Amino acid sequence: MASVSPYSNAPVLDLEALARRREVKTNVLLTVPALTVLVAAASGPLLIMLIFSFLTPGDYGGVKWELSFDAWFQVVLHRDIFDDTISLADAHLSILWRSVKLSFLTTLVAFILGFPTAYFIATRPPETRNIWLFLVTIPFWTNLLIRTFAILEIIRNQGVINSALLGMGLIDAPLDMLYTDIAILLGMTYVYIPLMILPIYASMERLDFRLVEAGYDLYASRWKVLKRIILPLVKPGVIAGSILVFIPSLGAYVTPRVLGGGKNLMLGNLIELQFGQGRNWPLGAALSLTLLVIVMFALIFYVRSAQRETH
Amino acid sequence: MPANGEVPAIRVEEVDKIFGNDADRVVALNRVSVAIEENEFFTLLGPSGCGKTTLLRLIAGFEQPTAGRILLQDDDITRLAPYDRPVNTVFQNYALFPHMTVEQNIAFALEMLEKPAAEIDQTVTDMLRLVRMEQLRDRRVDQISGGQQQRVALARALAPHPRVLLLDEPLSALDYKLRKDMQIELKRLQHETGITFIFVTHDQEEALTMSDRVAVMNDGNILQVGPPHEIYDHPSERFVADFIGDTNFLPADIIERGGDAVSCRLESGEVLAVPAGVDLPDHDRVTLAIRPEQVTLCETAGDATLQGTLQDAVYIGTDTHYRIRLADDSLFTARVQNARGRAQLFESGDRLGIRLDPEHVQLLKD
Amino acid sequence: MAVARQKPFVIRHMPGFPTLAIVCFFALYMPLVPLVIYSFNAGNNIALWEGISFRWYVAAWDNELVKAAAVRSLVVASFASFFATILATMAALGTTRTRAYRGQTTIYALINQPLMVPEIVTAVALLILFAMIKEATGYHGYAYLIIAHTAFCIPFAYLPIRARLEGMDKTLETAAADLYARPWPTFRRVTLPLMLPGIFAGAMLAFVISLDDVVITEFVKSAGQDTLPTYMLGQLRRVITPEINAISSVLLLISVILVTLIFFLSRNKTA
Repeated sequence: MASVSPYSNAPVLDLEALARRREVKTNVLLTVPALTVLVAAASGPLLIMLIFSFLTPGDYGGVKWELSFDAWFQVVLHRDIFDDTISLADAHLSILWRSVKLSFLTTLVAFILGFPTAYFIATRPPETRNIWLFLVTIPFWTNLLIRTFAILEIIRNQGVINSALLGMGLIDAPLDMLYTDIAILLGMTYVYIPLMILPIYASMERLDFRLVEAGYDLYASRWKVLKRIILPLVKPGVIAGSILVFIPSLGAYVTPRVLGGGKNLMLGNLIELQFGQGRNWPLGAALSLTLLVIVMFALIFYVRSAQRETH
Repeated sequence: MPANGEVPAIRVEEVDKIFGNDADRVVALNRVSVAIEENEFFTLLGPSGCGKTTLLRLIAGFEQPTAGRILLQDDDITRLAPYDRPVNTVFQNYALFPHMTVEQNIAFALEMLEKPAAEIDQTVTDMLRLVRMEQLRDRRVDQISGGQQQRVALARALAPHPRVLLLDEPLSALDYKLRKDMQIELKRLQHETGITFIFVTHDQEEALTMSDRVAVMNDGNILQVGPPHEIYDHPSERFVADFIGDTNFLPADIIERGGDAVSCRLESGEVLAVPAGVDLPDHDRVTLAIRPEQVTLCETAGDATLQGTLQDAVYIGTDTHYRIRLADDSLFTARVQNARGRAQLFESGDRLGIRLDPEHVQLLKD
Repeated sequence: MAVARQKPFVIRHMPGFPTLAIVCFFALYMPLVPLVIYSFNAGNNIALWEGISFRWYVAAWDNELVKAAAVRSLVVASFASFFATILATMAALGTTRTRAYRGQTTIYALINQPLMVPEIVTAVALLILFAMIKEATGYHGYAYLIIAHTAFCIPFAYLPIRARLEGMDKTLETAAADLYARPWPTFRRVTLPLMLPGIFAGAMLAFVISLDDVVITEFVKSAGQDTLPTYMLGQLRRVITPEINAISSVLLLISVILVTLIFFLSRNKTA
């Protein structure tokens, strides 16, 4: 290796460092306006909510500025108003359980349908591939409320499905699908499935199909190639897609409200209730933060998996 | 050709360039000094990573040297921004502005220099004529071929009439035929414009055909500067001899030092008298460099310098390459031009002699 | 050997996958068909078909509440996407193609935060914050909606702009500097025009996202500030008439047009 010249003296290097620091300063300044808005209307409010979760509910909504841990207590526990016995808050726990269960099932169904779809798109010739992809993006960018409403219309008692089944004589009375967990599951899968397809497709598109050829060349069956070669290689996309479906499902508000009616609540509806009829803002804040914590765990899981994939 | 007494167009003085710091520092240029004359076609030649592009970028002002100075005639331009230097670059990937037409690309620098509209228009017309692209003036640059883009890139860099034109491997993206045409075209442009060209390439053939002078670089150092024939016939170092053309290297020991000639004994035992170079080493261990085309093969071993057994012969059209195993078991390559209607001269396994002209044996310090 | 009748082996084929994919595409579009068809229903009920008519489009058009909500949606989306695009463009310039600096990860996290936090959580947090401000200042205007929308639109505007910038050849700016362009002319003549498709795509995405928002708007709006989606959400609680289908169909059409535009914008000129 060439030796270092004695002329590589300090002042010259300082000049470069100075230029570098000036560049960084400009860059940071450019991000300040966006960050200000984001802190004011996205991150900052979360901190205020944290404070609210430790206050006492006001009589007509809002809060009294008195320290209280009741809200956090109420998230999972219930104190009987007559004899002060403490028990698990069954109502909250069952809603929490429904949220996790339905989100998990939504992710699963979205994967079962989304993976073959992503594979299908990725194996189309390049000219038509973009058109298939475009067909996935259109529903994705269509108003979520409209898509939920579309599901409502086809599963209601006089909806398309029941009319068809009745018309074919397969059933005598309409199936009660609306306002059930199944309806929510169906709605959420419909609404969020593009979020599963798109990242899997992104991984699949980068997949080198010569590896698949090598697999077949080395006596693997189709199933073995899928399991041992394709799936491991597109795993980052599968994990990303699962997270992208799981997180909004967990916090879903519109879909369970429209398709679950008033009785099949999910976490999002329970939170809303505290700011409406419930008039318990601190509990609402505590429930929101609980939801946020679950989401953070899911994200940490995602980041961990993604890092493991890259190393 | 270097002019006498004139101030060089570019002087690079003791320039260091170090990337990164501390642990992962990379010395890209190591105390490099070179002077490039006015109106010269000067080529920086070397393998990738040798520092030739870095040197070009320092002259253009895209990077700052860690130490040393760069002078444009008598002006120190070391710390000037690229937009303050009357030096233009033809980039390896052309870097044409994709959102502009051919005309807008060529006019860009003139607009930046706030030239009057009429002058800009005239210059663009002149430049398009110079690179023979008049009919494509209004085309978008993504609608023209690679060779045409190359010409636009040249016209764009020449339009502001820079004092020095820098060309960073501009022909590497073109196919063989087009590259040959552009080599001639570049020589013509340099001749017509009278601008100093500094050309970077890793292609030795390109360097030898086009340049007035070549600087061979390796590992952050300039090893040899000189006209192509000098670089080819009298390489100063083993690297230069090896990088440019094919060379046989024969290890030898000096056994007698005369005035003009030196006697060397080869590994295979033969003794050879070769002309003494300018700076003869003190030690006795040297290497003799012999170009494969500068030897003759003969059947009889009588007056031959070296002897060996033919290992194999490879026919490559104009020439045949003979690989001969010498007494010390090393391989020697000889290139013999194929005569019309004549078959191969020798068969594998033949004993044969190699005749060397001492004038064509280059003595290298080891 | 009887191999002649065998189907050729196609490397990329997976048995059953095309079927599932077609089922998936069918399922994506099938529910939208009755939605659109019933918007042309002449009857009062969304389930009983009584012939073709534009009556519900007319009804929606004549409905002052719908009209006001639609205008509100457009105004909020225009302001929010405008601000979000400018802020996101600056942020993208400050975070792309630079040497790594300390705090960059924090900046990324802040910019992408609206994508990671469930909407209902942000909505509730904003409700709390804005309730305090409303009480303190007595101001109940549209600024709350516009700020909230701008914030969650920023990451959507940022992503395509950043992608565009990252795909841009940095030697183009080097070439501009070589051709005597100082930093500002370089930005105006080279960087900005090349970024433009990304900026357009970002602005349109931000616009669509703002236009579609239900949850945050529902929690942030003051009385009488319904946007089209929150108006529809309210209507879904009552007896549903094909008017909702008509509004939905129009919104659907707008989404399709915008997404198609974005699709072609991002496809052209990327090569």
